[in-house]
Order: sequence, then C-alpha cells, then structure tokens
Amino acid sequence: MTSESGADSEAKQPRENKETEKEKGKAKAAAAAEPASPQNQPEQFPAAAGHSTPARKEQEQQEVDQVSHRSSISRLSRSPLKGVKKTKIMECKVALLDGSDFTLNLEKRARGHVLFDKICEHLNLLEKDYFGITCRDVENQKNWIDPGKELKKQIRTGPWNFAFNVKFYPPDPAQLTEDITRYYLCLQLRDDVVSGRLPCSFATHTVLGSYAVQSELGDYDPEELGSDYISELRFAPNQTKELEEKVMELHKTYKGMTPAEAEIHFLENAKKLSMYGVDLHHAKDSEGVEIMLGVCSSGLLIYRDRLRINRFAWPKILKISYKRNNFYIKIRPGEFEQFESTIGFKLPNHRAAKRLWKVCVEHHTFFRLVSPESQPKKFLSLGSKFRYSGRTQAQSRRASSMINRLAPLVERSSSKRYNMSLSLDGAPIAENHETPMKDSAAAGAAKILTKGDLITTVTTEKKAEEEKAEQEDAPTDAAETQEPTTPLRHDTKTDSEQTDFAFDGEMTATESDADDDSEMRTQDTSPPEEMLKHQTNISELKRSFLETGESSPGLTEWEKRLSSSPAHSPRGDEAPMIEPLELQDTKDEPPASEETKEEVEPKTTKAAEYLVKYVGDSVATDLASSSGLHGISPSTTMDDDVFMDGTLREVDEVAEREEIKVSPGAVRQEVYQAISDKKGTLIILKEADDKVDAEGKETGAAGEEEEPALRGEAEGGENEAVMGVEIWSPKMEANGVTQIKGTDSPKKAMASWISEVVKTEATEVVGASTKASDAPQPGEEVQTEQSKSGPSQITPPESSTTSLAVSTLGWVPSSEKGPPEPEEKVVVATETEAAPAESTGPTGCDVVEVGTKEVPVVHTETKTITYESAEVETNGDVDPGVLLSAQTITSETTSTTTTTHITKTVKGGISETRIEKRIVITGDTDIDHDQALAQAIKEAKEQHPDMSVTKVVVHKETEITPEEGED
Amino acid sequence: MANMCPYGRFTHAVVRGVPETFGKAAGDDSEKGETSVDLAKAQRQFGCLTGALRQKVGLQLIEIPADPELPESWRIEDVAVIQGDTALITRPFKQQRRGEVEAVRKVVSELNLTVVEMGDSGGATLEGCDVLFTGREFFVGISSHTNHRGAEVLADTFKDFAVSTVPVCGGARLRNICSMGGPQTIIISNSEGAKKTLRMMEQLTDHHYEVLTVPEDLAANCIYIKGPSKLDFLLHRPAEECPESVSAFQKLQDYTLLPTACSEASKLGGSLSSLCLLVNRKLTYF
Repeated sequence: MTSESGADSEAKQPRENKETEKEKGKAKAAAAAEPASPQNQPEQFPAAAGHSTPARKEQEQQEVDQVSHRSSISRLSRSPLKGVKKTKIMECKVALLDGSDFTLNLEKRARGHVLFDKICEHLNLLEKDYFGITCRDVENQKNWIDPGKELKKQIRTGPWNFAFNVKFYPPDPAQLTEDITRYYLCLQLRDDVVSGRLPCSFATHTVLGSYAVQSELGDYDPEELGSDYISELRFAPNQTKELEEKVMELHKTYKGMTPAEAEIHFLENAKKLSMYGVDLHHAKDSEGVEIMLGVCSSGLLIYRDRLRINRFAWPKILKISYKRNNFYIKIRPGEFEQFESTIGFKLPNHRAAKRLWKVCVEHHTFFRLVSPESQPKKFLSLGSKFRYSGRTQAQSRRASSMINRLAPLVERSSSKRYNMSLSLDGAPIAENHETPMKDSAAAGAAKILTKGDLITTVTTEKKAEEEKAEQEDAPTDAAETQEPTTPLRHDTKTDSEQTDFAFDGEMTATESDADDDSEMRTQDTSPPEEMLKHQTNISELKRSFLETGESSPGLTEWEKRLSSSPAHSPRGDEAPMIEPLELQDTKDEPPASEETKEEVEPKTTKAAEYLVKYVGDSVATDLASSSGLHGISPSTTMDDDVFMDGTLREVDEVAEREEIKVSPGAVRQEVYQAISDKKGTLIILKEADDKVDAEGKETGAAGEEEEPALRGEAEGGENEAVMGVEIWSPKMEANGVTQIKGTDSPKKAMASWISEVVKTEATEVVGASTKASDAPQPGEEVQTEQSKSGPSQITPPESSTTSLAVSTLGWVPSSEKGPPEPEEKVVVATETEAAPAESTGPTGCDVVEVGTKEVPVVHTETKTITYESAEVETNGDVDPGVLLSAQTITSETTSTTTTTHITKTVKGGISETRIEKRIVITGDTDIDHDQALAQAIKEAKEQHPDMSVTKVVVHKETEITPEEGED
Repeated sequence: MANMCPYGRFTHAVVRGVPETFGKAAGDDSEKGETSVDLAKAQRQFGCLTGALRQKVGLQLIEIPADPELPESWRIEDVAVIQGDTALITRPFKQQRRGEVEAVRKVVSELNLTVVEMGDSGGATLEGCDVLFTGREFFVGISSHTNHRGAEVLADTFKDFAVSTVPVCGGARLRNICSMGGPQTIIISNSEGAKKTLRMMEQLTDHHYEVLTVPEDLAANCIYIKGPSKLDFLLHRPAEECPESVSAFQKLQDYTLLPTACSEASKLGGSLSSLCLLVNRKLTYF
C-alpha cells in the first residue's frame, strides 16, 4: 500500500471524500483544523467519530496534505486550515493487518505515537505494546516508526503510507489478555506464513490453515461455504490443491470451535515454529560469509543458510553497537575465557546496520528488561540516543492485567479482503517500536544556551565475587531508593543484564540491566553456563510472576521476588562489564528496595557533609572553587557523584533522608536559586583533569584521549549549542554511537569523571567515606556494598538520580525515573566496588569547587559554576595499573550530548572499570536547563547507577549580551 | 504443531537384519577388516533388540531382510531421518552404502510418510547418526560423513524446527556421544569432546534440557521410547559393556530400563540407535 502513487491516490480522493462524508469520520485533526472547508464541513463530525467508526478502509480523511496535493478539494481544505492555523495536515494511509487501509489526517508535525494511538483506537486495541508502525524507506526496507519522533522526519520522501504490524511477537500468546489482541497477532502471522517469512512444513501449513479458516469462516458448512471456499484463502507461499484438501479435512473436525479458540490453537502451533518472531537481517561475518542475523525475544541468532550456527542470548551480550555498516556485539566471556570478545558483522549499508541495532535495542529492552532503560528523560535529548521508550513486555502485561472491559467484538469477517490484501502486501514485516513515547515532547530542541556536562566517574570493580555480590546489592539498593515512588523501576532491572547499545559514531549508550551490569563490571570472566541457567530460572520466575498479573501499585510480587531472590547475586557476578543493570539480583535485597529513602539516607549522610561544603560554596554559587577545574580522582568522583545525588535527593527527598541531610536541602535550595538565576547556564561536568571551566570545551578536554575524538564529533552535532563547544556526539541523532576503545589511561578517565549536577540540584557532595560508614544503614544493598567495597564508595548515583528527579523537575514521571533509578543504583554499586580500591582518596576528596560566575541577567555573560569533587590524590592514580581497555561512547540529542568513557584497568589483583560520563546540555533560554540537567543526570545514572557526579559546571551566557565571550 | 509433540512417542520401528557379510563390508575400509566380529553374536544381539522393541516396548516392528550385498545395511539409522510425517532419505557418505536407501524408501512410503530425497544436491551428504532430534529441534554434527550442505537439506525438509550445527570432536559421530533419554533429557558422555559439543548445544538452543552425563562413551547411546502404554522405556547398554554408567540410568525415575547388548555392532562403530528407525504414525494434532 505504501507505494501507491499519486495517480492512485488522486483518483481515490474524490471517492474517499464522499465516503468520508457518509461516514462521518474525518480525521480529527482535519476537523479541528479546517473549520470551513466547504466540502468537508458537512461531513465533518466530531473527531471521535472517525475513529470509532468501523468504516475501515475509507475512513476519514480525504483530507489531503497540503503539501502534496493536487486535488481541488485538498486545496480548499488547505486554505481554511491556513486561515485557522498554520498547522499542515497530512493524509496518512495505514495498511492494517486485515489487508484494509485506514486513512486519517494528521498534523504534519505529529509524532509517531499520535498516529499509532489513532490506529489502535480505530482497531479497538488496548494491548498495543506488541505492535508498531512501519514505513518503507527508499530502499523499500521496512523501518519502524519511532513513536517519539515526528513522522515527517521519519519519512524522507513519498506519501505518508504506513503499515501496522506486530513488532514484538509474544513468546506465549496465551498470556495476552484479550482475544482481540490475539486476533491481530494471528493476522500478522498468517501474513508471515503466506509471505514465507515464517517457514513451516506442509503439516504445519495444514494445521495453521485449518485454524485460520475456522477463525474466519466458522464451522465447516458445505452448503453455505460451497466446495471451493478454501481456495479463496491463502495459507502458504505455494498453495497446492493437496494442501487445501487437507485444510478442509481438518476444518471439518472443528465444529463448534469459536473463532477465539481457533486463534488460540493457531497461535499455540505458530509459536513453536523456530522462526516465530525472528526478525532476519542479511549480513556477512568477519570472513565475508553470507549469514543472517535473527533478532528475537531471547536474543540474537546467527544463521548460515538455513542452519543456526550460533546464538547469543541477551544475557550473553554485553554490548550492542554499530558503526557505519558494521554491527558489533560484545560477548560476555565464557566459562574459561578471561575477556569478553567482540564480534563484528558487516551489513549491506549504514542504514541496515542502524536498523538492526535499533531492533536489537528494542527487543532487548522489551523482552529482557522490566522497564525501559534510559529514556526516562525524554525531554531533551534522548532523541539522539535511541532507546526503546515504550513499555516492556513485563510492563505491558501488568498493564493488560488491568484491562477491565468486556471483550470487544472482533470483526473477523473480512477474510476475503484479507486474502486479497495479503497478496498485495506481501510482506509486512518490519520492525518497529510501537510504543508511544511517554514524554517526548518536552525534550524539545532547546538551543544551545545551556550545556551541562555530566561526567560520571567510573567505578572500579573488584573482581572478587564477593564484591560483585555487594555491588549487585548496592545497585538494588539504589534502585530501591529511587523507586520510592514507583515499583516499576525495579522491574526494569529485573533482568539485570546489561547490554550496552552503542551507536554509530560516537555515541555509546550503554544499557545496563541491573544484573548484568554489575556482573560485567565486576567480573571479567563470568561463568556463562551458570548464568544461562540463572537466567532461565529467573525468566521462569518472571513468567510466573507476570502470569499472575500483578498490577498492584506498590511493589508487585514480581518486584518483591526479584528483590528477595538470592539468585540475583550470582547473576550480578556475571553481569556485564560496563553498566550495571538492575537485575533481579539487585532486587534480592529488595526488601529495602521499596524504600528509596533508605538508600538515600546513607547517601544523605554523606551528602550531608558535602552539603555543608556545598552550602558554603553553593551559596556563593559563583565562587569559583579553586579546584573547580580539578579533576576528581576516580574514587573521588564516585564520591562526588554521590554527593550530587545526595543533594538532589535531599532536595527532593529531604524529608525522606532526614537522617543526614536536612541541611543539604538548604544547600540545594541555594543552588537552585543560583541555578535558576542562571538559566542560560551551561552545566559542565568535567572530570578532574579537565577543569570545569565554564567552557564546555575545556571540560570535554578532560584528559581522556577518547574525548577529543568524541568532541570533534560532538561538536558537529552540537554546534547548536552555543556554549557547547565540546559536544562529543558526532551525530546529532541519538542513534549514532561510537565506541572508541582508547588506550586512554584508565586513570584519566577515572579522574576525569565529572558529573554534572543539576543546577537546582546543587551538588551534594557526600564523602565517600561517610557513605561507607552509612552503608550499614537500612539497608540498601547499595550501602552495604559500599561498605564492603570500600569506604569511599558512593551510593550517590541513586540518590543523585532521585534528587535530580525531584529537585529539578519535581519530576512527575516518577515512574519513568523509577526504572532508571534502579539502574543507577546498580551502577552505584559497581562504583562502590571500584571505589574501595581508590578509597583512599574518596572521603576527603570531595572538594566541591564551585566556580560560578553569577552574572545575573546582564551581559551575555557566561557564568560557569563548577561543582567538583576533586581528589587530587586520586587523580594521581597512585597505581596506574594496567590498562585493559578503554572506550568512549558518545551520544547526542538535540540538546544533550553524552560522552561516556569506559576504562578498564587492572591494578594488582583488582580490576577496575571506570566509566566516565560527560553530559553537555546546550540549550536556549527557553529550555529548562535544570530539567535538562536533571534528566541528563538521571539518564546517566540510570545507565550507570554506580556513577557519582564529580563535577557540575554551569555555564550561563546571559542573553543580554549577545555572544560575547562566553567565558 | 502436529509435529511438535514431546519426544519419544513412537508406534513403529524399522530395522534391517544383520547380513552374513557383517563386518566384512566396509569394502574399502581396511581398518575394519582387522576387527573381528562374531556374526552369530551380532545376530543374537539384534534379535534381542528387536524383541525388546516389540514385546517389551510394544512397537510394531518392520524388519527389512538382510542383504549380503549391503554389509552395512544394518545401520539403518543412517539412511533416513524421520520426524512426524516426513522421512528424509539421506545420502550416505560412502558410495557403496547409497544402495541401502532403496528398501528403506519403500518401507517408509508404505507407512504413508512423506518422502523427501536428499539426492545429490550440491554434494550433500548426511547420515542419521550425525543427527539428534530432541523433539523441538535438530542438532547436526558436522563430521567426516555429514557436511554442511546435507544439514541444509535437512533444514529445508523440516522447516518447523531449528536446525543447528555442532562440532563433534575426534572423528566421533554425534549419536555416539549423546542421545535422548526422555522428552527433555539428553544423555551425553562425559568425555572432553562430548562436553565441548554439549556446550555448543547449550548455546544454540532456545529450550531447556536436563542433562544426564555418563562416564562412558558407549553408554551415551540409548533409545528412549514412550510406549503405547505411556511408560518410559530406555534401552541402554548392559552392565557388562558399560559397568560405570549403569548406575546413572537408575536416576531416571519410573523408567523401565532394558539393558540391551550391542557389543558386536559397537565394534564397527554402531550402537543401539544405529539399528532402528523409529516412526510415529499416530500424530496428534492439537
């Protein structure tokens, strides 16, 4: 359908108009927009009418996009529109699964989720998370429409033609709540079968076909159906008379079976097919051999010809990335291997690589995680880093369990149409994210004015399993702390595997599932088999939970179990290197998990100390701390992060955290004020090395070799940001991620971690040492972990996240944050581990240097406020250790650029993994910098729970003075 | 799927008698000339096996007469892979064995199975003893006798299932180191090579299996059948042949263990499963 050409559409328009008239429905948008087009008006009805009406194909709109159009009608409509508003209306044609078309008008600037929601409404579909919208690109490849992005940006050329498809094939369709959902899944599968995408044997064709017939036509009735009824339907790519006869034979035996039952049988058979739900991509292996990569709910499958030659379950995958036309997966070390390995595949082109990458990210998130990872703050940037933003399967199931309506009537009669359509459509397979973005809107594109660089310090991981365990715990704690609001967060972390997703270019986004992450960091080598088993067990657990359908607002049973389950810890060990995912393991300790406060508290204590410091500093906002530039030693950084967290939390959670930090709140407020004053400010989090000067560039420079490269890239992307001199992400879009493995000395990275603190957040610096002491507290695993790992570790990540959320935005979307938080927590844990090694520095270290030039509104002054926790000593990296690996990942969003440096070092018997994250937020005054910063920090934390915010630099240029020297 | 019922349901067994040329066959295989086999004993053991299948397990037995011209024809497992209602007639590696398929083809046709010929497509060779079907998927051991192309044909024939290729070490055949011991149980040898293969299988599979390891290679080849009476039967090598492993089989709960000697066939590289093709003609749909 997509490619119908203009002639067609033109011809149809008049007809459509008539139809529309008859049927009331017009696109809502159209209706709203064009009050007076002569022709249309009579027809127009309330927007709602259009959707609700069954009028399938014709539907609503004839309205034409003004852009494209030819028919007089369209013109008419246009003019009115213009008069009223300037919004342009586009006609969208969507090929539905039953072969019909659904046409509707949308504002040209509408985002994907608008279209998706309208389609689902039209279809009366509630369990929509499994579905998505595809459109064909120039190469006729199907691409999933990103719900959070504007449609027009996703359709380069051509008419607005889409297809509605199943995006995530549920492994167990019986668990779907509604029959109508299964009905649509069946339609998709029938098409998959007929098109050959889902190969099956003759016997299977027979069985599937017979159930399809029963579903569509009901009981076998020769008088009514005639003898040839079966030939009107399609069951197989090469349908034979013999097949039809067999289908009929079986059909005769189903008398009395309802359509819904038939569909269940259909699905029960279809789901067992080995290619069920496998999204295939052509590729070549490192030796140039043609292979196919199949993405499915359980992981990545590698096929050569028809043979499965390898398989990487999600838990085995530490990182997914792509660069140019190469696609990489980093594999967790096997039982007897010491290091992870990276496997590269060549795809036909860059787009294909990106497409595959996205599909992997989405599938991993949907099936493996409890909740989406980092997206929580869509506001700013997330655009660039692509993340699956919809609900995960777990969330979807929970939501579905809440569905409380009478089973809707499913119109299945359209079979013939379907047949026809099938032949036409052929292959609707694409992959998409269907999920509507939660809050994409806010992200917006702010201009450059503010940039915040967040640098998170990397945590050193001790290899010792114990430590790992601790770490895991810690993450959980963190998660818990964050979660206070929402239990969902925990869920997200369930799987806890971390898988990083790196985009082309520079951006590396690491996804961390709590468990994996922690594992990864800690253990270089993890026992794969065990892990697998664990995972399986866990998944089983999950299933059972899921099945139970817990929808309770508080912690769901699922969550609880996760937290409580001992299994988690083991996984934790296995966890991926970089980012801690919040896994069930984390949850093991969960009892506390619910209480974010607890975690916070520990932090808070630390925070308190820092806070004090901050207060002094912060008050002075502008005070340029002497050390402002100072990098923070890695360990310190941890602390710093903690601080940040603490402060933020404190602000938000002040009450909660009571223990330590009452004062912090005050500090925060101050900070807030300062921040608020500075709205334009750039916040730069620099690593110790880099002095956080107001200039983002400098910060970026921080020492890491990787950075430079990144910056260059980033700059290109971020040019927008005035200040944002140093934007790492090359690609503006979130998607591109580059991993750079630099030889950069780990030290630098460690030292350099600077996290940006939200302005409002005020940096809370919690001495790691304090935290360590705190560790004993309630419990949060994080704390404990910290204590174990070393004194200095900071729980901050969690706290910071929370605080950020609260303080900055007062985030409404606590739920969203929730998930991230857990992650963060995890991260924290890891950090803590790392910290111990570094521990020496940490406690004392927190020196927060705030060099803020408070320049009120006047000139374009740039104010730079730097909050650093600098531990010079740490910077010194007493023990350089041996650098195992270093990589830099940069991701950009319109307003935010995130650079992540990951360094692995071995010192003595301890391996440290340090992750430094620098986030630069650039934006116009319009943008709420604080929010942006808060989001950025949250994101960072989510990704790396362990991280601490080392430095926050707020660079403001006052509008008044145009562009004068920023610095 | 009709084809996807749990492993182990069989109604028929197809066997082929041990010819008097037993052990001399292998025409070009000089190595085998050296091994001394006891024809009478081999035939006796064959008789015990078929007797167990028919009388103990309760299968319908179809015995193809021995053919002296085809000294290895008793290894009937090699020439066909049967799953559900489909039989893939394979193309054995050795030229002189290719004649063995004719009689088997005829029998499976009479059983109303859909017959698929591997033929000489792209030099495909595959022997049944390199194929492990678990009820949910196929594993094909790439060996000296089975190549990638052969595995592809298998995958094309049984499209419902994942077909994974796994390495087999030391010139062994896949079925010599592992076999099914239940609907979800894989019996596998404890040797290093077998472990390596097992690891690969674990990596490749989407499913969960219980693994029963046995200390002796020979013991890893068993025949599991869920008989018409719904009882679990396991034909395994007797204690005389595998003293170390018998205790492992005792762990299988509620199984009827049928120790079945196979020492002579074993000398020629065969094993229990080599001697029969199992068929299920009662396909259940659901």
